[in-house]
Amino acid sequence: MDLKQIKDLIAYLEGTAFAEVEVEQGEVRVRVVRQARPQAAPAPASSAAQSVPAQAAEAAQGATSYEVRIPEAPEAGRVIASPIVGTFYRAPAPDKPPYVEIGALVKKGQVVCIVEAMKLMNEIESEFEGRVAAVLVTDGDPVEFGQPLMRIEP
Amino acid sequence: MFTKILVANRGEIAIRVIRACKELGIRTVAICSEIDRDALHVLFADERVVVGPADNALSYRNILNIVSAAAVTGAEAIHPGYGFLAENARFAEICESCGIKFIGPHHTTIAKMGDKATAKAIMAAGGVPVIPGSEGLLPDDEDQVAKIAEQVGYPLMVKASAGGGGRGMRVVLSAEQLLDAVNAARKEAAAAFGNDGVYVERYFPDARHVEVQVIADHHGNVVHLGERDCSVQRRNQKLIEESPSPALPKATRARMTEAAVTAARTVGYRNAGTVEFLLAPNKSFYFIEMNTRIQVEHPVTEMVTGLDLIREQIRIAAGERLSFAQRDVHFRGHAIECRINAEDPKTFMPSPGIIAWYHPPGGPGVRVDSAAYTNYAVPPQYDSMIAKVIVHADTRDEAIARMTRALEEIVLDGIKTSVPLHLEIMEDPVFRRGKYTTRYLEDFLARKRGREARSERRPRKPAKRPRARSAGKGD
Repeated sequence: MDLKQIKDLIAYLEGTAFAEVEVEQGEVRVRVVRQARPQAAPAPASSAAQSVPAQAAEAAQGATSYEVRIPEAPEAGRVIASPIVGTFYRAPAPDKPPYVEIGALVKKGQVVCIVEAMKLMNEIESEFEGRVAAVLVTDGDPVEFGQPLMRIEP
Repeated sequence: MFTKILVANRGEIAIRVIRACKELGIRTVAICSEIDRDALHVLFADERVVVGPADNALSYRNILNIVSAAAVTGAEAIHPGYGFLAENARFAEICESCGIKFIGPHHTTIAKMGDKATAKAIMAAGGVPVIPGSEGLLPDDEDQVAKIAEQVGYPLMVKASAGGGGRGMRVVLSAEQLLDAVNAARKEAAAAFGNDGVYVERYFPDARHVEVQVIADHHGNVVHLGERDCSVQRRNQKLIEESPSPALPKATRARMTEAAVTAARTVGYRNAGTVEFLLAPNKSFYFIEMNTRIQVEHPVTEMVTGLDLIREQIRIAAGERLSFAQRDVHFRGHAIECRINAEDPKTFMPSPGIIAWYHPPGGPGVRVDSAAYTNYAVPPQYDSMIAKVIVHADTRDEAIARMTRALEEIVLDGIKTSVPLHLEIMEDPVFRRGKYTTRYLEDFLARKRGREARSERRPRKPAKRPRARSAGKGD
């Protein structure tokens, strides 16, 4: 993705009612976020000097400002996210060893942990094949929907 | 009393419940979808659990994840707000079986009142006046359907038993239209609710929608908190509510509120609920349905009674007695609520987007319940209501003047809202006289279109323009 494409994205966003637009191409992800018109917010004069000068200058001209955030390359590996709300367990029972240890090789479809909800033990399977790079939740902690549980490196 | 409550909702009602909890010293758990992490109810709560993706069927109506969220956070009770799971009997039942208090009536009451035909039969048996209509569902036999319709009398309305929100409803003016309307309503009901049961009722074209707030504890106390007139509607969606009703003579009010208490007692009702009545031009009134939840327009009642209905709901669910008896309830002044939607005031098309500048009105007698804030992005996935502006004054005229003032103050820059529509209604002589029915808005819009068409035909004569409003009225 080159500068021209990013400029096009900004121009595209300007003509819509959308707040942001995100484009992913291979490893590169670009997110263009529309900033609310700064002149609309009544900011105290003293703090104005501390705000980003470029934005302040644009605000003075009454222009709409945008921020282009290009996130750093995500950590290597893919993340297994919790499909439900519940309690995270690494082992099938308190006296049993964990399903997987860090560094272990896992196959697609292999059970890697449990999220307990309503006394039901929901076995969470890896969607990827690879090596367990990190366990992102402490055993016994509550997890939200979509919360990353483990990172698997290819 | 509870120490922690999970609020199973979003938007202004979630904030309303959190506010009541804070004042009672109860900790709160907010739930949200993945796109709502920055929503105000999440920022106000003590804890937050993401329960699913943007689609509300997988998040705000995800029973398993919500009950799990209560379990993992140690919440002892769930307040469902309105909409989503508020009238889901199965959800209330699952809460009960998991040892979590559902802040609302018993699940069997929700189930009974949720089925419109059953509810009507129960009320009729309890001595509450009901709209003349078929007893139970219509049979399949066409001759029998025609005979029943003849007995009920025309004009009549075909309604889906599992219905709501205007779907599965058909007005029938004469016998020739009957069978087509019945079949169309059946199809619509089957598609919308998975249940093609329909019934017929007499149709009252010039009726008003007047409802009575009731509240009952687990110790046999049932109290009514007066009525709300919700006749200003568009496609069965309420726009403006007020209390007291400008159309209710004292004697009728006494009979209607008594009927509402009878209705609540008949079904063994607990917690806050609303009994909806149709008020005919001759001041006879009929039970329509009972809403087994707190309603959007509850602040109108709070303003004229000075009570906190959410606080009472929580206290009742905790097993406490009502903090007041009927004789302690005093009605003072007049209250009006305008629902501010993120929508085009002319076309009623939704208008999601970023609120670049939000400024709520204030001053004497003004209350705003809203989840909006400056730079908040109104998501397109959920209800378009972004604020409720409620005013209270000694008289109806003063309340209307106060509402106009409040609507002129509100700023919701960046999106289109229904504020301009509400301002026009506040100036409309028909509304100001209080002479409106459920057909009011339709008539109002037709009159407006007529005026605009006439002024277009005579371009040379300068059209009388409504006076300019202050900045930020959505357009």
